[in-house]
Amino acid sequence: MALIECPAGQPASVPALLHRNAKQFADAPAYREKEYGIWQSWTWSQTRDEVEALALGFMELGLNEGDFVAIIGRNRPRLYWAMMAAEMCGAVPVPLYQDANAEEMAYVMSHCGARFAVVGDQEQVDKILDVKDQLPEFERMIYLDPRGLRKYDHEHLDQYMAVQEMGRKNREKHIAELEARQAKLNYDSTGVMLYTSGTTGKPKGVVLSNRNVIETAKSSSQFDNLQQTDDILAYLPMAWVGDFIFSVGQAMWTGFCTNCPESADTMHVDLREIGPTYYFAPPRVFETQLTNVMIRMEDASRFKKKLFDYFMAVARKVGPDILDGKEVGFMDRMKYRLGELFIYGPLKNTLGFSRVRVGYTAGEAIGPEIFDFYRSLGINLKQLYGQTEATVFITAQPDGQVRSDTVGVTCPGVELKIADNGEVFYRSPGVFVEYYKNAESTADTKDAEGWVATGDAGFIEPDTGHLRIIDRAKDVGKMASGSLFAPKYVENKLKFFPNVLEAVVFGNGKDECTAFINIDLTAVGNWAERNNIGYASYQELARHPQVMQQIQEHVEAVNESVAEDEMLSGCQLHRFVVLHKELDADDGELTRTRKVRRRIIEEKYADIIGALYDGSEQISTETEVTYEDGRKGSIKATLEVRSAKVFADNRKMAAE
Amino acid sequence: MKDNAESYVTEDGRTIGPVVMEMKNITLRFGGVEAIKDISFDIREGEIRAIIGPNGAGKSSMLNVISGFYVPQEGEVWYKGSRRPPVKPFEVAQQGIARTFQNIALFEGMSVLDNVMTGRLTHMKTGLFSQMMWRGAAEREEVANREVAEKIIDFLEIQAIRKTPVARLPYGLKKRVELARALAAEPSILLLDEPMAGMNVEEKEDMSRFILDVNDEFGTTIALIEHDMGVVMDLSDRVVVMDYGKKIGDGTPHEVRNNQAVIDAYLGVAHD
Repeated sequence: MALIECPAGQPASVPALLHRNAKQFADAPAYREKEYGIWQSWTWSQTRDEVEALALGFMELGLNEGDFVAIIGRNRPRLYWAMMAAEMCGAVPVPLYQDANAEEMAYVMSHCGARFAVVGDQEQVDKILDVKDQLPEFERMIYLDPRGLRKYDHEHLDQYMAVQEMGRKNREKHIAELEARQAKLNYDSTGVMLYTSGTTGKPKGVVLSNRNVIETAKSSSQFDNLQQTDDILAYLPMAWVGDFIFSVGQAMWTGFCTNCPESADTMHVDLREIGPTYYFAPPRVFETQLTNVMIRMEDASRFKKKLFDYFMAVARKVGPDILDGKEVGFMDRMKYRLGELFIYGPLKNTLGFSRVRVGYTAGEAIGPEIFDFYRSLGINLKQLYGQTEATVFITAQPDGQVRSDTVGVTCPGVELKIADNGEVFYRSPGVFVEYYKNAESTADTKDAEGWVATGDAGFIEPDTGHLRIIDRAKDVGKMASGSLFAPKYVENKLKFFPNVLEAVVFGNGKDECTAFINIDLTAVGNWAERNNIGYASYQELARHPQVMQQIQEHVEAVNESVAEDEMLSGCQLHRFVVLHKELDADDGELTRTRKVRRRIIEEKYADIIGALYDGSEQISTETEVTYEDGRKGSIKATLEVRSAKVFADNRKMAAE
Repeated sequence: MKDNAESYVTEDGRTIGPVVMEMKNITLRFGGVEAIKDISFDIREGEIRAIIGPNGAGKSSMLNVISGFYVPQEGEVWYKGSRRPPVKPFEVAQQGIARTFQNIALFEGMSVLDNVMTGRLTHMKTGLFSQMMWRGAAEREEVANREVAEKIIDFLEIQAIRKTPVARLPYGLKKRVELARALAAEPSILLLDEPMAGMNVEEKEDMSRFILDVNDEFGTTIALIEHDMGVVMDLSDRVVVMDYGKKIGDGTPHEVRNNQAVIDAYLGVAHD
């Protein structure tokens, strides 16, 4: 596929867009951050000046074209600026996950050979200092928050503002060179490098060009009609491609304002204060919010609870239709209006969704009840499907065609094809350049014609053109009987129950399917409190007979619904255990984006899986755990293995 | 012995200033009970000075003498080069000494922010009338004080509970709020009465980090009472050890740890 060239007169790089915005939207807010309890804001022209000062400081410190600059910290305007400043200097920004441990960081930083790092605080400085010996190319670190760093050796350490000051002082010396470097940037130069979270093996560095970033930002902004006056809240990890596209790509393209919360803990308060108009969250965030609302309603007075239940029933009935602009009866419309006044409006305000015009969720499947809950309130929540290699967008749901079971139609400029084994392939202007220093993987993923394998299995609905994803292509397998095995499909159905936080289904090549289940401590804990059930730990609550009984009911309900699907009825769960510990990224069981790492779980809990298949009623096990500070310990437990009722495929029986 | 008026640098590179407060032969009696018997020691500028000892050793009484709440029957308290006459608690606060309490003493019904703002009281100059009108000077003053309070809230990472009533907070956070309020007074000496009592390991680690950061960032002199020997030895520059109202040891953590009288007091010996 021929690469799209930059139209004449359009800025061809992120720094060029910044200069355009500084001219065009000079006094409009570009970034806000809550600090010292007040929203501090910077206009586009101030942003340009700040970024330029930092870039000049980088030059003074000796940053070269083609260098890599690691960016590590929570979402803060100054870290976004560091990305832009790096690109201005012709260097490549590499945002990293701030909760990565020192070894993970060492791998990524030595893989790209980062010479500079811009970090948020002492915690990140310490991590890098810990692994500095493994980073021969690494030279300088620039930090934002000086707290606790006063006594550190400052030979290779600078404060962010001091670097900017240095840049301003030496402006005359470097400005010509900086402008020359910016003039060289075009659609082909690298805009950013992002490391994939790595469900399998080591993280890979995905190189995205300015073409990828700008073309994607352009078409997706048009798709949702994003405006310069929009507001977003930047709270998802900066190392994640979505945040880069929303908070840098689209923000630069349309010129809307990126708002950064005060700290991770204040996210919900800040969300409410800002009231974003364009909002993205993974299903987990929506689930948590819904769970919190429901828990609080359980504790509300009887009158309030009644009112809530009544109007939520109205909303569920007509809310989505009203949102989609369909015909709704006069009485229902009036009831919905009343509901808006008494329930939906205040609730949306509490959640911080009063102004949301476009909301997206992606990354995992979202439960239909959760999805419908938000839509029935009148929040335009939609799904999209994408990945780092595509610069996010592959498919998205257009307004008015929103359903919980599809991921939408192809985004503008994207082509899709489905391979014989069900794997989804795409081709688009957003397709990544390469995996850095990994030609082999690049060739495996992207073919000569530019088609990229998603690794997901799915199909396109013939009548609507919507894409439906079943599972990871490599996880889709066959049962011993030859029927299809799609673990995630079943796991998602389980996870739609508020009591279930995480589930892992096994059964590839076996006669029957089995599952590990993690309970949701918030939801189950609240239930326990209301029913006067005492518990001291997760472990104790998880093995409580009444909890086990509830989970059993959930499993059986899932079996019943799985049985209805002809292709997948073999995936019903015959036996299950409720795990004694929560699956955790620190133990390597989940990725940093909280996706299940099947192979590691299969190895680590081989004894429990054995018990699921050998018919034993309980299993004693010992598991190693890693605490947040890196120390290790172990948990011993005896788990009860339960059998669940399975259902025959009703339709098949009827047909026979 | 180092000269009282001179600064020196410790082995790990910390600069400790001249003596800022000196206790000379303090004796404190409650009726017939001698809580403190003829104790002398000093506090130097910029150091973390710990007072340790078994239960009932007189540590809290000592802290109350420093804070001016108890007036000793004998002995003198020298502060910033002159002898301090008996003072009222608010005068002590005005002199730049702030404290936290063993049993948390916050305004439970007020928000965290309001509690921290009360720490700014000594810095407010405008009168009642202009405060009521809340125009001009009073408003400017409130804004300036709020900024100081917010910086401390940021420093102690309690932004998320800024508007939460104190009564709803868990114990560990209340302790942190108390520290915030004491810091809001921008004290030159900060007295901490068992800042880590009743905390779990993680909370203790957090609190230790905050104490070190406060000392490091604001240069605040800190005098603290603590039970947890591990914490004391890691944190402090010099330690006073008390037992039955008497001083039995004084020196760096290393010196104190090897002091036979201290070992006896902690491990216990047969009393004659």
